[in-house]
Amino acid sequence: MIEFQHVNFSYEKDRPVIRDLSFRIADGEAVGLIGANGAGKSTIMKLLLGLLQGEGKILVDDVEVTKANLAQIRRKLGFVLQNSDNQMFMPTVYEDMIFAPLNYGLSREETERRVDAVLERLGISELKQRHNHKISGGEKRMAAIATILAMEPDAVLMDEPSSALDPCNRRLVINTIRDMKQTRLIASHDLDMILDTCTRVLLVNGGRLVADAPAEELLRDRALLEANRLELPFCLAGRG
Amino acid sequence: MNKMDKALRELAEMDELAAQDSPIHRLSPTAKLLATIAYIITVVSFRKYDLTGLVPLVLWPVLLFQLSGIPVSTCFYKLRIVLPLVMAVGLFNPLFDRAPLLQLGGVAVSGGLVSMLTLMLKGVFCLMASFLLMATTPIDCLCASLRKLRVPKLLVTLLLLTYRYVGVMTRELAVMTDAYHLRAPGQKGIQFSAWGSFLGQLLLRSMDRAQELYSSMLLRGYHEHFHYAPDKPFREKDAAYLLLCLGCFALLRYVHIAQLLGGLFVR
Repeated sequence: MIEFQHVNFSYEKDRPVIRDLSFRIADGEAVGLIGANGAGKSTIMKLLLGLLQGEGKILVDDVEVTKANLAQIRRKLGFVLQNSDNQMFMPTVYEDMIFAPLNYGLSREETERRVDAVLERLGISELKQRHNHKISGGEKRMAAIATILAMEPDAVLMDEPSSALDPCNRRLVINTIRDMKQTRLIASHDLDMILDTCTRVLLVNGGRLVADAPAEELLRDRALLEANRLELPFCLAGRG
Repeated sequence: MNKMDKALRELAEMDELAAQDSPIHRLSPTAKLLATIAYIITVVSFRKYDLTGLVPLVLWPVLLFQLSGIPVSTCFYKLRIVLPLVMAVGLFNPLFDRAPLLQLGGVAVSGGLVSMLTLMLKGVFCLMASFLLMATTPIDCLCASLRKLRVPKLLVTLLLLTYRYVGVMTRELAVMTDAYHLRAPGQKGIQFSAWGSFLGQLLLRSMDRAQELYSSMLLRGYHEHFHYAPDKPFREKDAAYLLLCLGCFALLRYVHIAQLLGGLFVR
């Protein structure tokens, strides 16, 4: 369970980026985080991960996100970065995948088992020994997701998981997200993908939570979306 | 592909070379590391005029090139920027040390010339040995060996992360030079007036990316301790390789092979 309680944050004094933000995400829920550029989506993710410290309370499974609890919190949360190049810093996919499990004290055997299981589940076993600089953008994104799933986190956070992907790879990522059993928080401008993968959507603007509603309902609200510098998803645009 | 992309590719190729399979690749990284250190110490220990004593030491890298399947040309190609610098180290010796040291076919050869050649060879041999170590051992295994040899953790982590971050910085440089040249057609290189802002931007962008990478590491449980690749066990054949190398180096150091061979032909 993830909970924000009256969270405020600003990078500079008197210029708040997140204002009195409160919401709650239940276990296993898939939630989309949408908003225009600069709305505060990435900041919310960073606050949740403890990369930034704001005011108010952020709880993960009833444990408050504080400096003292970071190791415990981060073990529960897997974060897929927008730029996979920043996530994949080891020479091969395999070495990147074993990075987190080994850090969390798993044995090499258990780590190996996890790696193989995740790669097989995602259908990318052939990438295991490939060099990161030699795989395509789509493969890299799938590999980045695999590195996170190898951690077996309770919740997966994703920042623009479908950006810069061709339709086929985008579909692959969408299916992967749909198949996940974990709690998911997905920040994206790709509203079609959000509609495909999430049951609930949080709409933020200027650091405030503007709307929190079922995806089907919120993403059909043309007036609300346009008022927040967004548009109807393409798949709904024709039907209004 | 611009120069930076090429540099990146070359950097990545080192990882690929290290991932190959050969009798040398299969040896314990610790054995290879110790043998390389011993080789470099042996090379450096030769006196400045002992050119003929030094020459037979070329046998070790040559043998390693053969056994590892790594072409010598790859080594010289990858070291093409460093080699001239190393070669230039003793360039002024002939000017300062003009005393004749030996006669070669009636021509007096100065001590400076001999010491210059010795220095050049020393540099080339050391570079070749270091290249062979890097090209036959993945960086993680090398770091694991360094830790095994009690090299401080901080130093080893610094080495590993520098190796990784060089790629990050080069990638940013590649993007920036591409962006520059697309808006400065026909220009060779980057104008001097743009160097300040260019380097400033490069630093800022690299720092941003490095921060992202570091965050990604932190979020995956990194806590000042790197789990290097498991060090291959030090088996009997590794010990034999190391002992053989040490024996050969000692032999080449204290027995003047070139003189012995020369003695067979010259009275």
